[in-house]
Amino acid sequence: MPAALGALLLGGPLVALLLRAPWIALPALLAGPVVLPALGLSLGTALASTAICLLVGVPLAAALAGSDGWPLPLRRAARALVATPLVLPPVIGGIALLLLLGRTGLLGRPLLAAFGIGIPFSTTAVVLAQAFVGLPFTVLSVEGALRGVDPRFPAAAATLGASPWIVFSRVVLPLAAPGVAAGAVLSFARALGEFGATITFAGSLPGVTQTLPVAAYVALTDDLPAALAIAVLLVVVSAAVLVSLRERWLVGLRP
Amino acid sequence: MSGALEAVLGVRRGAFTLDVRLELAPGTVLALLGRNGAGKSTALAALAGLTALDTGRIVLDGHVLDDAAGGRLVPPERRPVGTVLQSAALFPHLTALDNVAFGLRTAGASREAARHRAMHALERDGLADLADRRPAALSGGQAARIALVRTLVREPALLLLDEPLAAIDAEQRPPLRERIAARLAAFPGSTVLVTHDVRDAAVLADEVAVLDGGRLVQRGPLAALREAPASETVARLVEG
Repeated sequence: MPAALGALLLGGPLVALLLRAPWIALPALLAGPVVLPALGLSLGTALASTAICLLVGVPLAAALAGSDGWPLPLRRAARALVATPLVLPPVIGGIALLLLLGRTGLLGRPLLAAFGIGIPFSTTAVVLAQAFVGLPFTVLSVEGALRGVDPRFPAAAATLGASPWIVFSRVVLPLAAPGVAAGAVLSFARALGEFGATITFAGSLPGVTQTLPVAAYVALTDDLPAALAIAVLLVVVSAAVLVSLRERWLVGLRP
Repeated sequence: MSGALEAVLGVRRGAFTLDVRLELAPGTVLALLGRNGAGKSTALAALAGLTALDTGRIVLDGHVLDDAAGGRLVPPERRPVGTVLQSAALFPHLTALDNVAFGLRTAGASREAARHRAMHALERDGLADLADRRPAALSGGQAARIALVRTLVREPALLLLDEPLAAIDAEQRPPLRERIAARLAAFPGSTVLVTHDVRDAAVLADEVAVLDGGRLVQRGPLAALREAPASETVARLVEG
């Protein structure tokens, strides 16, 4: 009985959404002036933030996977830092990003003064907000996969003349590839759904910072059918992500 | 001929201490015989450079590879030492050919040149038809032979074999042992073979060194050890 309630809690909202969706008007709504630009922006920024997550997340995961020799307080601090975006409300993440990169922020003020670069309320801000919330997924997934590599393989590679960089890039990373792929897909999915940090740090400028979730939220107040159309679209995209996350990829997630 | 080894191996691991002096003449094969936990694999790891010495030093053909007191430590990738780890440890994501080519690429060969030489090496050992297989599609004996080719193709001065037959089915062991013996006969360097099976030592080694509790208890030709074992442990290990 509790299991059935759990299933209802998970599946009920989805069923309600699909029942209320304006199926007949859907093509027209999706082709309208709001949805297509938001979809393009969402996909583009999610891809960019996933690339950033991989670029900085794989080295970070490698450092954590090799951190067993560090002093315990340092290891705990590093681990807490990586997990922070998982437990921090995204809106707070957005405020923190504003305090760092806003026009009067810690880094934002010198950036603006020296180069005239203003990051908040730009597409760059969208990407940074998504990378901030998505990074833990990449790091934890890749770290688990790196730790799962049989230590005989890097040892064998070293005895065959491979430098530490070749050992990592040619042996350890390829063997951890399923975990890297899982981390990338999870970060991408998290980026697609990102709302709180985005609207706080990047706002809702159509075509510039208005991603699908932001567009859905804005449409909810004055154009319910459009909001529902976006919702259906996001459900479909999420389902596609789930399908691509086959079970063997999820194995790498176990800590 | 190469592979003149002078080593004093001191490694501490919690309550266990390895303290062994090893000397090896060029071109000879020494078997390290002992029970589990005797320190055989630790000694091999120190020679390979996978474990740093806490005390002692390793000198190979006049080059210092590790000197605990002098603070000198040559990392494994820069030692003229070839190591075949337990159960072959072929890279599962590479074909047999690319496994053999791996150690030639790290030595600076182009992809083409490395593959060409790797293929040649596999052909010489009658393994050419396995070149395109991944390790998952190889038998234990095939994997062991390819791992040996992968290490020897780099022409090391010192070859280290860690239990090369332990993962092999019992009935496959004698023929594989003969193949390895033939391969070692054509190898100009010296070899240290770690095993707990005296039959490996009998077929492959010129001399046997028995380790027990991290110490060298007796060394000599197998026949001499059988003739006059220094202890009950030696007698039990060399019988058969």
